[in-house]
Amino acid sequence: MRNWLPFEWIAAIRFLRDGWMQTIFILAGVSMGVAVIVFMSALLTGIQANFLNRVLSAQAHLVLLPPDEVARPLRAMDGVIQDAVVQRPSQRIRSIDQWQTVLRQMQAMPEVAVATPVAAGGALAVRGEASRSITLTGVEPEGYFRIVKLPETIVAGQPRLTSEDIVIGTDLAVELGVGVGDKLRVTTATGRDATLTVTGLFDLGNRGVNERSTFVALRTAQSLLGLTGGVTSLQVSLHDPYAAEIMAQLAHGMAGIRADSWIRTNIQFFTAVNAQQTSNTVIRLSVGLSVALGIASVLVVSVVQRSREIGILRAMGARRGQILRVFLIQGGVLGLLGSIIGSAAGVGALVAWHASVRQADGSALFPLMIQPQLFVVTAVVASLTGVLAAMAPALRAARLDPVVAIRG
Amino acid sequence: MADASAPASTEVLRLAGVRKSFGVGTPREVEVLHGVDLVLQRGEFCALIGPSGSGKSTMLNLIGLLDRPTAGTLFIEGQDTRTLDDAALTRLRGRNIGFVFQHHHLIGAFTAAENVMMPLLLDRRRPDAAMRRIAEGLLDRVGLLPWKDSRVGNLSGGQQQRVAIARALAMYPPLVLADEPTGNLDTKSADGVFDLLREMNQTSRTTFLIVTHDPRLAQRCDRIIEVVDGRIVADGAVPAPRRIAAS
Ligand SMILES: Nc1ncnc2c1ncn2[C@@H]1O[C@H](COP(=O)(O)OP(=O)(O)O)[C@@H](O)[C@H]1O
Ligand SMILES: [Mg+2]
Repeated sequence: MRNWLPFEWIAAIRFLRDGWMQTIFILAGVSMGVAVIVFMSALLTGIQANFLNRVLSAQAHLVLLPPDEVARPLRAMDGVIQDAVVQRPSQRIRSIDQWQTVLRQMQAMPEVAVATPVAAGGALAVRGEASRSITLTGVEPEGYFRIVKLPETIVAGQPRLTSEDIVIGTDLAVELGVGVGDKLRVTTATGRDATLTVTGLFDLGNRGVNERSTFVALRTAQSLLGLTGGVTSLQVSLHDPYAAEIMAQLAHGMAGIRADSWIRTNIQFFTAVNAQQTSNTVIRLSVGLSVALGIASVLVVSVVQRSREIGILRAMGARRGQILRVFLIQGGVLGLLGSIIGSAAGVGALVAWHASVRQADGSALFPLMIQPQLFVVTAVVASLTGVLAAMAPALRAARLDPVVAIRG
Repeated sequence: MADASAPASTEVLRLAGVRKSFGVGTPREVEVLHGVDLVLQRGEFCALIGPSGSGKSTMLNLIGLLDRPTAGTLFIEGQDTRTLDDAALTRLRGRNIGFVFQHHHLIGAFTAAENVMMPLLLDRRRPDAAMRRIAEGLLDRVGLLPWKDSRVGNLSGGQQQRVAIARALAMYPPLVLADEPTGNLDTKSADGVFDLLREMNQTSRTTFLIVTHDPRLAQRCDRIIEVVDGRIVADGAVPAPRRIAAS
């Protein structure tokens, strides 16, 4: 007997040790449940975080665009629609009205981290006999590179963008047979053209992107696309990415602005995450419930087995509250121990799985994300579950009539 | 005798008109004790005898505050127990009454010394060195000090009953109730346990009320109370010569 422990703890621990078979079986059950939850949660967090990380380093949280040109049905004087077939006008490259004002307004908002203008449009890259259609993106590097981490993806040269420079993807470079320092002619539908120097090659990890995307200085794009002084979008990054939807509505409120949030453009991902989270919650609840029921049933049996001893303890001066706590503590200890063993097992399984499942090139599928708070939360929730599960058996023990218990 | 001139010894227990019915309010209501009056003085060593089913255990449960009378009053150390709630009864019981049952009823998950300490632990909440000393002293008196760290399951029936007696005395209660403490033992062990109760009574002036079926043992008590059909039908001192003859 430890001197610092009160009676309730001493008795709870002794009873658990005394019925070691039951204790080991229920601990194994609790641990397995906890291991499943820990494994599943960590896996899901890792996959989601990895995806978000990839998306958010290559995309603005918010993109402000000029409004769609809306076609109106042609009506006669009496209001009858004369031509019901309404064609959407083709969306030609248009600039955002008053974009400098909008940009300043965005930059003044405390939620906004970076706001930067972009002028983008289709073009043709020509080198000798070869030509490829490309997307020309004109940016201000100081702002834009804080949103899209292009410099981190440069594999040759550097992300330099003066008015004569162009940064292209590795796949386009191969197709056109150009390298860093080579010249490239870029022409657009407006008939304008310019000869630019390739200063850097990037690899964004996607063949389509590496073939089509090119980056030039904002002014260069503006003159090639015939957008003198205009921009096609404003790219905005926020301190809190999840505020994007609200900010989009806010920006929409500003006259003449259409705003797309990254949440909207990745809606499929969020739908999938929601579905996963729902099933995750259902699994957690069912595992938690079966763990609780297991603890409760083991303690019910223990109360029945020990009813005589409980009666004796009552005869010797144990109060109802003390008996109640002896069994609540047993429930809590089972939950806590189970969560510690289960967390260790879950992490072990995760590490083993992470080590064995690899991508084709041998790199990890996703970074291993093990958050300490997961274990703290698991331990607290498991202990509380144990205490709650012990409630019914403990009350039964506390209410035992000592006369009946001793005689029985 | 030295204390012939001393004032009457103090009252440990008083029952006045105590009745007990079971199944009150049901068709199976039955009165088991029909108005029991009884006073026990400090240091008395009493036998409670009577046929099986006469209400001896019921009476002991009432006296031990494990159950409440249907009518009548019960005083422990002069305190009226009628108005006390469960917590107060538990405290009064823990501090004033020791129990020895027929089936030793030790707690199997604990050692002999820990079982003896249990009433002290329940009263003071945390174990301490003084408790250990008291427990070991009592185990020594019942001759089981060498077994103090044994699990009680490893002791013989007689040894277990000795541990139970040591435990009943842990709080130095004024009153010890024993319900057929030797009922489960062979004659030799039974004599040993009875001698031990007697010795405890004489050294610590604890009052004992012992239910027994064994007339030989009853004759060795100071006083015999006989219950038949829920009434005390005889209550008297055992003449000293018979006591000596019995032992
Ligand atoms: N809880 C109970 N419910 C109903 N009857 C009871 C209960 N406890 C005892 N009795 C009855 O009371 C009577 C006295 O029992 P008890 O006090 O155990 O007698 P003894 O100990 O003298 O053998 C018996 O007839 C018994 O059946
Ligand atoms: Mg009986």
